[in-house]
Amino acid sequence: MRRSRGMKLLATVGVAIVALGTAACGGKGNSNSGSGTDSGSKKTVKVGLAYDIGGRGDKSFNDAAAAGLEKARSELNIQTRELEANKDETENDKLARLKLLCEGGYNPVIAVGFAYAGDKDTGPIASAAKACPDTKFAIVDDASVSAPNLANLVFAEEQGSFLVGAAAALKSKSGNVGFIGGCQVDLIKKFEAGYEAGAKAVKADIKVQAKYLSTIADKCSGFNDPAKGQTTAEGMYDQGADVVYQAAGGSGTGVFKAAKGKGKLAIGVDSDQYNTVTPDLKDVIMTSMLKRVDTAVYDFVKGMGEGKFTAGKTVFDLKVEGVGYSTSGGQVDDVKAKLDDFRKQIIDGKITVPEKPAAG
Amino acid sequence: MSAPWVRLLPRLLAPVGALLIAAAISSIALLISNQDPATAFSSMIEYGTRPESLVSILNRSIDLYIGGVAVAIGFRMNLFNIGVDGQYRLASLAAASLGAAPFLQWLPGVLRILVIVLIAMVVGAFWAGVAALLKVTRGVSEVISTIMLNFIGGQLVAYLLTTNHLGVQAKGSNDVATPLLPKDSWISGIPLIPDARSEVNGFIVVAVGVGVAYWFVLGRTRFGFDLRASGQNATSAVASGVNARRMVLYAMLLSGAVAGLVGMSQLLGERHAHTTSVGGLGFTAIGIALLGRNSPVGIALAALLWAFLDRSALILDLNEIPKEIVTIMQGTTVLAVVVAYELAERISRRGQQRRAGATVSEPDPRQPSEVPA
Repeated sequence: MRRSRGMKLLATVGVAIVALGTAACGGKGNSNSGSGTDSGSKKTVKVGLAYDIGGRGDKSFNDAAAAGLEKARSELNIQTRELEANKDETENDKLARLKLLCEGGYNPVIAVGFAYAGDKDTGPIASAAKACPDTKFAIVDDASVSAPNLANLVFAEEQGSFLVGAAAALKSKSGNVGFIGGCQVDLIKKFEAGYEAGAKAVKADIKVQAKYLSTIADKCSGFNDPAKGQTTAEGMYDQGADVVYQAAGGSGTGVFKAAKGKGKLAIGVDSDQYNTVTPDLKDVIMTSMLKRVDTAVYDFVKGMGEGKFTAGKTVFDLKVEGVGYSTSGGQVDDVKAKLDDFRKQIIDGKITVPEKPAAG
Repeated sequence: MSAPWVRLLPRLLAPVGALLIAAAISSIALLISNQDPATAFSSMIEYGTRPESLVSILNRSIDLYIGGVAVAIGFRMNLFNIGVDGQYRLASLAAASLGAAPFLQWLPGVLRILVIVLIAMVVGAFWAGVAALLKVTRGVSEVISTIMLNFIGGQLVAYLLTTNHLGVQAKGSNDVATPLLPKDSWISGIPLIPDARSEVNGFIVVAVGVGVAYWFVLGRTRFGFDLRASGQNATSAVASGVNARRMVLYAMLLSGAVAGLVGMSQLLGERHAHTTSVGGLGFTAIGIALLGRNSPVGIALAALLWAFLDRSALILDLNEIPKEIVTIMQGTTVLAVVVAYELAERISRRGQQRRAGATVSEPDPRQPSEVPA
């Protein structure tokens, strides 16, 4: 009958909406935000930080920003407040979040992720910088927006990826390595481009498999899909790869599990993942490409505390150790000399690392 | 004399009751997480009623309302259009790209706005039409096909919205978007809320127009009657001469065309380009249509409520209250409304039956009109 069919559908949809809602809440119930030691100091700096979707707990990009803020909080006399994004929010919501922070007296305000940029004149960060001219802002991963009170913190991900690509090629016995990106966007393609260039610099005929776990069509869900990361990595290992580099945020754990299961190696990203994963996965992590969002955030906050603020683009590249590779676990110690040679050549400008993958 | 009141009372009781139930459940959740519900709700209301918030709520409810109406058109015909998401994403991309395309630059601004809106409606209708054709010719359930078309549409948008095809990327940016629309086809805001620094998106006029058209076409025309009749009882509609297949096609096309309008307030009035952040309102729109019980005014209230909750959630985070509480509220409100209406309907039906039974056995000459024939 019509009625019963309709009711069933209604109920199903209702339940689905609730389930979606609660799923989105999973593991994000934190509102970690200590207040600094209120030891009567009048000049307490209040730092506001706005995350993009994903937020804390990805053991990678956002957590690196959180770590930088945490370090600043423990060392300096500051208060911090971290706000997370809603799913399906518009740019207006992002603007509202930034304004909430600056109007609440938070200065500086740090926007983590390029989604806060939008249009260079009317996007969230540009509008917020205009609405709160006395507040200093910083945005991570965007250099398109400029304002007198905005610092753009960007990274040369391709340079760090070049080094781990070289490391992968030096370590690979099969002459076949893999790259897994969390989402097919230009930012992640920089990782692939550098990795491929690094691998080919060591061994010109090396095979580099590259796969992406998601596209913008599924809202870059591949940054938080360990199961998909695992099956994709297993496929690569089965096709002959013996080292896989992942730039896939929270999906990285799946890649490490696949490496463990197949007895192969993997490369971490953003944070030194040898130290962030569970102990049983440590031995598969050959090295990690470090993107020092933590350093960038820490330096920025520290500089603000000392009254120093530089508007415009600050590039965190190999030269300033804004990117690099980790040596925890000691698996790349034997090729360290070669990697440091590459590092020097990049810094000296003898090697220019491409930002776009060769195959488009 | 009391008849309209008696009829209106359960109608009002259900949504208000549902809201109270939702508030109660959220309060329990807040208490479990060691928060004071009173503080949470009062700060939400305080922040949500600031002038700046009111503007933002109105702006957000534009898209929610249009999406809700798109879903409701399907509901009236007993069709489940779950594909609003894919329909409006494709529509927005096509409208944004063509609107900014060089070969349309000669069009004067106002005319170009019309063309952009028209393109969006046609593309939305086309994408819904695929599902309708599958249903009419092959009997494929629209629930399945529209969900699958969401994925296909999403992938199509992802493929096209790259720098190789329709997307452009500002220097130093990591985000891809279509080129900005020419300035003369931006629609200006309306300073509806006094004391607010920002203006209400001008597309709200179209949203109101959609609501009026929805009320008129479905409630006051023969087409609307046929549509509702086929939805309520297809067999009897066919028997009375309605072409049920054609009604399926029309309803789906109409629903898709309205869905195509969902992204337009952002495109014309705010962002002036299609960006990667467009999308995701399709499922919310289903909740809004359910909450609004398919009525033009009900959907508007539901959209405003939803937008208010979304907006006021921002302040919770700042006060160290988990803002996910708002998601719980939204979910429980929808569930409670569905359950409350079903209960109310059953009770009133039982009451009617009892009254009918009583009148048959002992006719009451004073109230003959109250008994349904």
